[in-house]
Amino acid sequence: MALKIALAGNPNCGKTTLFNDLTGSTQYVGNWPGVTVEKKEGRLIGHRDVIIQDLPGIYSLSPYTLEEVVSRNYLVNEKPDVILNIVDGTNIERNLYLTTQLVEIGIPVVIAFNMMDLVRKSGDQIDTKKLGKELGCETIEISALHSDNTKKAAELAIEQATKKKGELPHVFTGSVEHAIAHIEESIETLVPAEQLRWYAVKLFERDSKATEQLKLSADTKAHIEQHIADCEKEMDDDAESIITNQRYTCIQKLVADTVSKKHTSEQMTTSDKIDRIVTNRILALPIFAVIMWAVYFISVTTLGSWLTDWTNDVLFGTWITNGATAGLTALGASDAVISLLVDGIIGGVGTVLGFVPQMILLFLCLSILEDSGYMARVAFIMDRIFRRFGLSGKSFIPMLVGTGCGVPAIMASRTIENEKDRRMTILLSTFLPCGAKMEIVAMMTMVCFPGSMFVAPAMYFLGLGIVVFSGIALKKTKYFSGDPAPFVMELPAYHIPTVKGVLIHVWERAKAFMIKAGTIIFTMCIVIWFLMHFGPTGFLPDDIDASFLRYIGEGLSWIFKPLGFGTWQGAVASVSAEVAKEQATATLGMLAHAASDDETDVAAAINTMFGGSKLIGMSFLLFNIFDAPCMVAIATAFREQASRKWGWITFGYQMMVGYCLSLCVYQIGAWVSGSFTFGTVVAIALILAACYFVFRPNPYAKKRTEYRREAERA
Amino acid sequence: MKTLRDVKVGETAKVMKIHGDGALKRRIMDMGITKGTEITVRKVAPLGDPVEVTVRGYELSVRKDDADILEMS
Repeated sequence: MALKIALAGNPNCGKTTLFNDLTGSTQYVGNWPGVTVEKKEGRLIGHRDVIIQDLPGIYSLSPYTLEEVVSRNYLVNEKPDVILNIVDGTNIERNLYLTTQLVEIGIPVVIAFNMMDLVRKSGDQIDTKKLGKELGCETIEISALHSDNTKKAAELAIEQATKKKGELPHVFTGSVEHAIAHIEESIETLVPAEQLRWYAVKLFERDSKATEQLKLSADTKAHIEQHIADCEKEMDDDAESIITNQRYTCIQKLVADTVSKKHTSEQMTTSDKIDRIVTNRILALPIFAVIMWAVYFISVTTLGSWLTDWTNDVLFGTWITNGATAGLTALGASDAVISLLVDGIIGGVGTVLGFVPQMILLFLCLSILEDSGYMARVAFIMDRIFRRFGLSGKSFIPMLVGTGCGVPAIMASRTIENEKDRRMTILLSTFLPCGAKMEIVAMMTMVCFPGSMFVAPAMYFLGLGIVVFSGIALKKTKYFSGDPAPFVMELPAYHIPTVKGVLIHVWERAKAFMIKAGTIIFTMCIVIWFLMHFGPTGFLPDDIDASFLRYIGEGLSWIFKPLGFGTWQGAVASVSAEVAKEQATATLGMLAHAASDDETDVAAAINTMFGGSKLIGMSFLLFNIFDAPCMVAIATAFREQASRKWGWITFGYQMMVGYCLSLCVYQIGAWVSGSFTFGTVVAIALILAACYFVFRPNPYAKKRTEYRREAERA
Repeated sequence: MKTLRDVKVGETAKVMKIHGDGALKRRIMDMGITKGTEITVRKVAPLGDPVEVTVRGYELSVRKDDADILEMS
């Protein structure tokens, strides 16, 4: 069986750099089951039988965050052979806090002190050998960035895997150690000997997850509770805090004995100097605006859209399409086969691949921002605004990118650590009209309000409004309010990102997108192509009016009746907008049988198709802008939510918003022009319901005020 | 009661007591803010919240609402 090394450490400790260095291109990136936390695995270069499991970056093994729970479960239940704990030498106290917890799990631990080059450069000294001895672990000094000693660290871990675990450090003292020893006694027979300390400490902390797992008898529970209560009384603190306090006290003592700092903390580091400007009260916002503009400019408007347009129009639209058509014709393929391969498959898959260059550029920018440490500052600067809508300061970037394209926007939500914030961002970022949706806006403006300059800005504001009010309303639902997620975030020191790190990051994202979107879209393309080009009478190359799609449109048209465009054409156009938003304009043109390709002719024909009604045109526009995004974006959302349930919630919520908005506008508009119907009543009811969900007091908001009250009382 | 919210930019204060419970308290303590720890307030974000503090030699960003659970000297 393969030997398993688990990589554990704080966020920003250089764990990813080390992982990349040790595994190279053998990485496999997935998700931990059912959660959006990324799971990375790879084989150690030069050792095919050694698997390296990268755990999420964590500060502790508490039961409160997903990353921590995932890591605990892996370490306790799957029992890797050895833990390689990376400790940032420049931030040693907080990093060792996790170490004191890791050594209790009963797996041999090797501590790799990282960034030792920086430590030495600053003139500080760390006696790593002595630290290791005190903690009962082997240690090694490395620099992951420069590949210094990284191989040796892995080899040391392999060597330790087969050895017996060293002695546990003496972290707890006095009555705490006494109580833990008593708990150990009472659960001795229930857990493996090497995990005894872990479970005893967790029980002492009244850790809900560990308590559940052990299924203790009521007697034992009462017995343990008595010990905890006695100890709490003596120490005048709650059990969880007693443990944390003692861990840090122990670390402080260790550090005092083994670390000698040359500089005092008063002196400014380079990182401090950068921060003095970058998060300066006056300069922070302008600098932020410039950086965001640069990201948008590079990845969405200029370079990104040139590359995407080139891929779509030239590479797939002309070269490959023409080449394939010519080749297939020469081979004597039938029209139906040529159409399937060229229009259906190449056209469809080409649309997906067209997103790839844009995505690569965006992730290039994002990984640079993230690896350099600026992303944490983005959250710091924008937190005030976004947390009101249940979003994170980091949601700014997905929202911004969303105005260009929803697909990279959803992917960009990966930078948000908190799962609730991330789910909410994925749910909302596609409400901002993307570039393709603006084509529908342009077309429908011509149809309804020729020459108007206000429709497009109005759509942006409406999108923003939907994001804000959805955020407020959703934050009051049970899932999103839950326990208030504390925003206690490290602002890591700035680093110059490495080329290798950035490229690996970009490649992982692009690959994940291509695999998921590629497979789903490929299937969908064939289905849509078939429905569009075949009818009851067989293959119909250019006659949508007699295709299966028309019959489907007729079958679906009742859905759109309350929105005003309950015709098969309206339904077909909306379905084709789901394939790709810009597709809707082409389909509308085809359905309306315009006299010529001239824009005014097409607009006039569409106007006639909607019965000359501006209201119906507007309703159609609103529905197709604010319902679920195109299927590539939907597929991406499903992937990023990492749960089928959440994928459907996202899709369902977006469809509901688009539908209700369009219904309200159409029905209220009809009422204004004098027809009060049942639909009007529904529209009013919907508006009232929406107001209720936005403005009702938060039924789950007790927690925060309780803290305050308690603090005031004290 | 003086909390971390009341500590001015550039000042250093000691944690006297940590109020509250559950995830927030645990998280704050996990990050190294324990009884007796010295905290220096470095700056306030451009929009007035959160604040940046130095604790145990590194920078941490804390919302003012969360800072209220920290009773300072």
